[in-house]
Amino acid sequence: MSWFKRVKEGILTKTQDKKPTPDGLWYKCPSCKTPHSTREFTENSWVCPECSFHEKVSSDEYFELFFDENKFTELDENIVSADPLKFVDSKPYPDRIVAAKKKTGLNDAVRTAVGKMNGTKIVIAAMDFSFIGGSMGSVVGEKIGRAIDHAREQQVPLIIISKSGGARMMEAAFSLMQMAKTSAKLALLGQEGIPFISYLTNPTTGGVTASFAMLGDFNVAEPDALIGFAGPRVIKETIGKDLPKGFQRSEFLQEHGFVDFIVDRREAKEQLSKLLTVIAKKKRKTVKKTPADNAATANS
Amino acid sequence: MIYLDFEKPIEELMEQLDKARETHKKGKVDMSDTISQLEKKIESTRRSLYKDLSGWQKVQVSRHPDRPYTNDYIKALTKNFTELHGDRNVGDDKAIVGGLATIDGQPVMILGHQKGRNTKDRQYRNFGMPNPEGYRKALRLMKLAEKFDIPVITLIDTPGASPGLEAEERGQGEAIAKNLLEMSVLKVPIICIVIGEGASGGALGIGVGDRIVMLENSWYSVISPENCSTILWRSWEHKEQAAEALKLTADNMLENGLIDKIIKEPVGGAHCDPDTMYKTMKTEIKRLLKELLPIEKDELVAQRIDKFSNMGVYTEEAAE
Repeated sequence: MSWFKRVKEGILTKTQDKKPTPDGLWYKCPSCKTPHSTREFTENSWVCPECSFHEKVSSDEYFELFFDENKFTELDENIVSADPLKFVDSKPYPDRIVAAKKKTGLNDAVRTAVGKMNGTKIVIAAMDFSFIGGSMGSVVGEKIGRAIDHAREQQVPLIIISKSGGARMMEAAFSLMQMAKTSAKLALLGQEGIPFISYLTNPTTGGVTASFAMLGDFNVAEPDALIGFAGPRVIKETIGKDLPKGFQRSEFLQEHGFVDFIVDRREAKEQLSKLLTVIAKKKRKTVKKTPADNAATANS
Repeated sequence: MIYLDFEKPIEELMEQLDKARETHKKGKVDMSDTISQLEKKIESTRRSLYKDLSGWQKVQVSRHPDRPYTNDYIKALTKNFTELHGDRNVGDDKAIVGGLATIDGQPVMILGHQKGRNTKDRQYRNFGMPNPEGYRKALRLMKLAEKFDIPVITLIDTPGASPGLEAEERGQGEAIAKNLLEMSVLKVPIICIVIGEGASGGALGIGVGDRIVMLENSWYSVISPENCSTILWRSWEHKEQAAEALKLTADNMLENGLIDKIIKEPVGGAHCDPDTMYKTMKTEIKRLLKELLPIEKDELVAQRIDKFSNMGVYTEEAAE
């Protein structure tokens, strides 16, 4: 029996409480247990330098990772949750919202912003798992919907970084309909030929997987992220057997054809830029041949 | 006849009625007065019981083993039905059925979840829980309908999409997501009717349309009351409470602007008088088709996207 037991995994410090780290503070990787200085870990895009374990990070870190010089304009910051169903379980839904806001300093489980990635204008929506499990209610649906609209109006590419347990139960059917709403908006974006990259991180499940997260022109996943529709616990209970190793992980999804490629977070910005650059170069001039042209070719 | 727990008073009266009829048949005593009184009493008891059902009671009615299923509606409402099988990729999902038919001469593509009536049949239909190929079959049929300019009718009745190893391997999430996207821009009218259970993404996967309608005793939500109870209260015991909290009845859904219409059921639920149910259903479908068919295609799609875009309740605080 060990003397100490790690009860909670991962970074527990709130984003706004993070301070410039003096040397001597350590991050111990929960996967390989190797300690690293926090600075080294942060400079390594919150990836363990030893074993490449990708620590869960929030919208703040992703914005810093993708936007040039961490410069961006946030969209629709002021949309906050209402309580349409007057939902009460062990405590009222509004109390949960207040508690989540206090804990995270966020307004809801997604932030959307526009900025530049390697010089190209881009809209990014990044989900925050720390806010009620990254669950999608009306606010998440609306903000993602508007981010899609923004990308369409400005004719710029869109990246949605998913990290969510699924639909938010406390908004019941309203949450469910956000799946239809975001998917419908993506259909419109698609009709304009604007690229959408779905960037899947650990974990992405439920209603988010069954809507925008699986609708990318490119579905890109961080290594070893849990991605699925039904949660592993539910499936285990249903089939009454242990799940195979690696089930519902990024590599499994790529193997089964649902993820285009897996990307190391440290290379994500360059990889995604490379993709978008190729698309941006596509402008192809077409010439319609007339019968006269055909005749000319035949004669020569 | 199978009685639900809250139908106990009806069950007792029915037993009395059966006894009275038997005595009458034997011819010794004239029971006709008692019989007609009992019949009246059953009618009024049923009426008062069903006037004000709780959320959980409606969930029970929606799952009544004698309730009409998709195939029953297809048989009763349509002519010239040809069932179309398979997703042209993996296989034929038995939990979703569909095909081409006519309703009073109007061609339709009608499809929906299908449950089974007995143990064997239930397993065959996977309890109405589709795998990805079910959603992909549904989409294939809807695309066919679009090609031939035929309106689509979907009947929703599922406890959820199948949670299993194979479903995940074959991309349950992707299959549903794709349907949501494609249905939102399909260029023919789509009518979606919740005839029983409307659980979560498994229901919505064939539930994006121009008119969303619910039968009086059906339910529609993001999760079943039992599962909601398990997650929020950590036990099944709070399912009644969860059913109330989720606001999953047709009345709630109409109040919240998430559906367009409620179709009345016969007193005691659709299974008590299926013929009346089919008749009402047919009238409603014809009325909805009449409304939707003249709308120009692009306008129809624009209206549909607007409809779903407007769903959601939030507060927008003034910027500081």
